[in-house]
Amino acid sequence: MSEEQIKSLEADFDARIVRDEKIEPKDWMPEKYRKTHIRQISQHAHSEIVGMLPEGNWITRAPSLRRKVALLAKVQDEAGHGLYLYSACETLGISRDELYEQLHSRKAKYSSIFNYPTVTWADMGAIGWLVDGAAIINQVPLCSTSYGPYARAMVRVCKEESFHQRQGFEIMHKLCNGTPEQKEMAQDALNRWWWPSLMMLGPTDAESVHTEQSMKWKLKRKTNDELRQQFIDQTVPQADILGLKIPDADLKWNEETGHYDFGEIQWDEFWQVVKGHGPCNKERLNARKKAWERGAWVRDAAMAHAEKQSNKKIGKVV
Amino acid sequence: MKNENLYNYILGIADNNLILGQRLGELCGHGPSLETDIACTNISLDLLGQVRSYYQYASKLKGEETTEDSIAFLRKEREYVNVLLVEQPNTDFAYTIVRQFLFDIYHNLFLEELQKSHDITLTAIAKKSIKEANYHKRFSSDWVRRLGDGTPESNAKIQEAIDNLWTYTDELFHQTEADKAMVKEGIGVDVTLLKSKYYEIVNEVLTEATITVPDTKWFQKGGKNGIHTEHMGYLLNDMQFMQRTYPNMEW
Repeated sequence: MSEEQIKSLEADFDARIVRDEKIEPKDWMPEKYRKTHIRQISQHAHSEIVGMLPEGNWITRAPSLRRKVALLAKVQDEAGHGLYLYSACETLGISRDELYEQLHSRKAKYSSIFNYPTVTWADMGAIGWLVDGAAIINQVPLCSTSYGPYARAMVRVCKEESFHQRQGFEIMHKLCNGTPEQKEMAQDALNRWWWPSLMMLGPTDAESVHTEQSMKWKLKRKTNDELRQQFIDQTVPQADILGLKIPDADLKWNEETGHYDFGEIQWDEFWQVVKGHGPCNKERLNARKKAWERGAWVRDAAMAHAEKQSNKKIGKVV
Repeated sequence: MKNENLYNYILGIADNNLILGQRLGELCGHGPSLETDIACTNISLDLLGQVRSYYQYASKLKGEETTEDSIAFLRKEREYVNVLLVEQPNTDFAYTIVRQFLFDIYHNLFLEELQKSHDITLTAIAKKSIKEANYHKRFSSDWVRRLGDGTPESNAKIQEAIDNLWTYTDELFHQTEADKAMVKEGIGVDVTLLKSKYYEIVNEVLTEATITVPDTKWFQKGGKNGIHTEHMGYLLNDMQFMQRTYPNMEW
C-alpha cells in the first residue's frame, strides 16, 4: 500500500472515530491502534485474573455461608470478565496463550492494586467498596469506547462491578455496625487500601504517557487526575455513612472548587509496586505461573482427546 | 429433640456438599484453564447453595439458637458426618475430577430417590438440586473420559487418582442409625439399593476412558460416624477460622 493510500485510510478511520462509529475486528485500523488496544485490553484481562487471587485468599475462610457463596460468585465473575476480555483481545489477532506468555514473562502489566495482601476479612469489604469503586470510575467511560468488542464487553463488566461494589460496601457496613473489634477491623482495612486505591487511577496527568493518544481514540474520556477527583468526591461521603475516617489529614471540602482537596500521594510507592517490588508481586505472578504450568497436562490431554474424537468421526464418515 | 433422626439425616446429606464445596472453593483462581476454573467454582456454588437449604431446614428442626452457620461452622470434627471421599485433598486436577465424578454419580442416584421422599421440604430440595447435580455429573464424567483417553500422562494421572480414591466409594452405601430410621418412615433413601447401579455406571465411564477398574475388596469408612481422615482437621481449621477467632459476631 502506498503512503498516500495509508494516509487516506487513516483519515477515514479518524473521521469514523469522531463520528462515534464503532471499529470492528475486520475493519482496517492503524497498527498503533491495534497494538495500543492489545496492550490495554490484555492488561485489563490480566488484572481480572490476577485480581482473583487476593480475594480467593478468603474463600475458604469466609465467616458465613452467605458470605462464602457471595465471595465465590464474585471471584467467579472476575474469571468471567477475564474470559470476555481475552476474547475481545483475541479479535485483534493475538492468541490467549500469547497473552498469558506476556503476563508470565512480565512483559504485560496488570493493575498494581492486586500486589497488596488481603490480611483480614475486612479487606473483602474494602476491595469491593474501594477497588471496585475506582475500577467502575475507570471503566464506565469504556462502555462507549471506539473498539466495538471492548465496548460491548465493558457493558457487561460494569454491570457486575457495580454489584460487587455494593456488596463490598455492605460488608463494610455490617462491620461498622458490629462490635468495636469489627469496626476497628474495617477502619484498619480502609487505612491500608485508601492510598493504593487512589494510585490505582494511574499516575498524575503530567506523568501519564498514553493519555493524549488514548483520549483521541476514546479509550479514555477523562484524565487520571479527573477520575481520581471523581473517586474521592464520591467516596468521602460513603466513609461518613460508615463512620470511618479517611486516612488523610489534608482531606477537606473546598467550597470554591466544589471538590475535596486531598494530601500528597506517595508516588514512590506506586512506582515501586509497578516495577515489581510491591508486597505480593512475586506471589501473584508465581501463583498464576504455577496454575498454568500445573494445568499444562490437562490442556494437552484435552487437545489430544478432541483430536482422537474428530479422527473417529472422520473414520465413520469414510 | 423431637426430630433427632431427621436432623441427623439431613446433616448426613448436607455435610457431603459442604465439605466438597469447601474443597472446590480452594481451587478458585488456580484452575488449569479459565473455563475449568469457572466450572469448578460453579459446582462449588451449587453445592453450597444446596447446603444452605438443608441446614436452614435442619436449624428449624433444632430450634433454640441454631442457624445454618452454627451448623456449618461451630461443630467439632467428630460431629461432621460427611463421607471420607469428599474431604480428600486437591492433590492435582485428576484427583479433583475423580473425586467429583465418584461423588456425582452417587449424588444423582441419591437425589433421584430423595425426590420421592414423604418429607416435602426434602423433596423440594432434591428437585432443585438434581438439575444441578446432573450438570456436575456431565462435567466430571466428560473430564474423566477426556483425561483417561487423552495422553499417556493424563491417563496415568487419572488411573492413579482412581486407584487411590476407589477405597472411599463403598462408604457411600453404608447406613447410619438415622438413615435406617428415615428409610422406615418413607423419608430417607435406602442407599444400599443404589450400590449396584452406581458401580455399573462408574465402570461404564471408566471403560470408555480406558481406565482399569480397581480390583479390591478393601474399603475405608468412618466419615459417617464422624471419624475422619487426617485432612479434615486442617480443612475445618480454615473453614471455621473466623467463627472461632471472633465468636458471637454477625458478618
